[in-house]
Amino acid sequence: MLIGKPADIASAEITSLSDYRKFMSRRKLLKGAALAGAAALGAERVAEFLSPQTVRAGTKLQTVPSQLTTTGEQLTSYTDATTYNNYYEFGVDKDQPAKNAGRLPTRPWTVKIEGKVAKPLTFDIDALLKLRPLEDRVYRHRCVEAWSMVIPWVGYSLSELIKQCNPLSTAMYVQFLSYFDAKVEGAWMSQSSISWPYSEGLRMDEAMHPLTLLTFGMYGETLANQNGAPMRVVVPWKYGFKSAKSIVTIRLTDKMPSTTWNDMAPGEYGFYSNVNPNVDHPRWSQKTERRIGQPFYAQHKATLMLNGYADQVGSLYSGMDLKRNF
Amino acid sequence: MNRTTLISLKTLAWLACLAPLAWLVWGVVTNNLGADQTHTIAFATGRTALRLLAISLAITPLRRLWPRLSWLVKFRRLIGLFAFFYATLHLLCWAALYANLDPAAMAADVVKRRYVTAGMLAWVLLVLLAATSTQWAIRKLGGRRWNRLHSLVYVAVVAGIVHYWWQVKPGVRTPLAMTVVVAVLLVSRPVLAWWQKQKKATAAVAKSG
Repeated sequence: MLIGKPADIASAEITSLSDYRKFMSRRKLLKGAALAGAAALGAERVAEFLSPQTVRAGTKLQTVPSQLTTTGEQLTSYTDATTYNNYYEFGVDKDQPAKNAGRLPTRPWTVKIEGKVAKPLTFDIDALLKLRPLEDRVYRHRCVEAWSMVIPWVGYSLSELIKQCNPLSTAMYVQFLSYFDAKVEGAWMSQSSISWPYSEGLRMDEAMHPLTLLTFGMYGETLANQNGAPMRVVVPWKYGFKSAKSIVTIRLTDKMPSTTWNDMAPGEYGFYSNVNPNVDHPRWSQKTERRIGQPFYAQHKATLMLNGYADQVGSLYSGMDLKRNF
Repeated sequence: MNRTTLISLKTLAWLACLAPLAWLVWGVVTNNLGADQTHTIAFATGRTALRLLAISLAITPLRRLWPRLSWLVKFRRLIGLFAFFYATLHLLCWAALYANLDPAAMAADVVKRRYVTAGMLAWVLLVLLAATSTQWAIRKLGGRRWNRLHSLVYVAVVAGIVHYWWQVKPGVRTPLAMTVVVAVLLVSRPVLAWWQKQKKATAAVAKSG
């Protein structure tokens, strides 16, 4: 297996691991202080009142390094990655999910795997966390809106979970359904005409590719709710909306499943939605992207074919016309 | 209205119109423009242009409803020119930060993407209106022709709203509030004209009776 080759990037721009560790431990220290303070005052509410936008502290995860991690990129800051989100169930503006997703009940949480499998199973989230060692995997994250981040995710390959259920030979696609409860997210339903729950899908070989990550954490700890807690998928060579958040059902099917954005605007969001600088979105070019967290005059970057993962996943699409199957 | 009041009100209007720009500059200086700075700049300038255009369109209906507010017309050109100013910043932001000042990329954008076409149309119309906003131009063109030319502002504001809708994702309703405001302002014109005619007619009947 080939490993992602480093992008052209000035070495000064790269966050060293020790800096990342320092950043992490500083964050832990601050969090510890905040927690102690809150405890001393006897109420979590006080902390929330003082800084309502503060992301709730995640739980540290035990992780192992991974060969499939992307090297040579500067990580997006934790603050940017957790306050600039698309999670329409909690509001259509980028800052809304961070403010509203606290209402998402991430425990208890079960994930159902059904459809074309010999062994349909329902897992408790805590069992899934222990199914395989959790790996640290840095991936580039490219949104269809032409912005991008670099995020250290935590999880293991989705194939590890799917294999547990013995997929049938008729299983051609995998559909992901996200959590939706009108009692929790109803307040933001009027902001769009999307019909919930959010649905996404992959071809079976895409879902079984080792790069497709069943994700439980980021930056060494559990996912923030707005990033798709408690469990999501991350498909680094596709536009971000393909990576469904807060998954409750994984369904193996023999037909291409209907997916939310493809239903909303089939001319803009194809089923495949592979990152491809040569296929423009009808409303903007995909040749370049804006790196989040950089100053406006330095945000522009060339977008890479399959988001820089062409060596690993290019063969999945050999012989396919990627302009037609966008 | 006396001179001092007018001057102080104009100063206030200038400050209010410059506030969104000051907010952006402050954001650049303090590195506080959010995660996607380019988007923040594009959105803030575009939204301000549309808002100011809507405010300038509110002046005529307000004067019709309350003749005592007639003096508001003294602020219309100022607000309209600031709308043009922000629309120009918005355009420059697109040219520099999205199209990288590449003429081919810009041309492709205008031709291929209908939201850019609509936005460009709105801006070109605003150029015409701004260029003919002087007393000299009014005299040169004559009141009627100048008025007719400047009713292009209705086309410009509609193009701006369409630009906004075509830019957001299908199914997203963020531009709705601005659309309702502009629709009310546009519809209020014939409605108020009709209402005034009725009032005059009733008054005439009452007088003759």
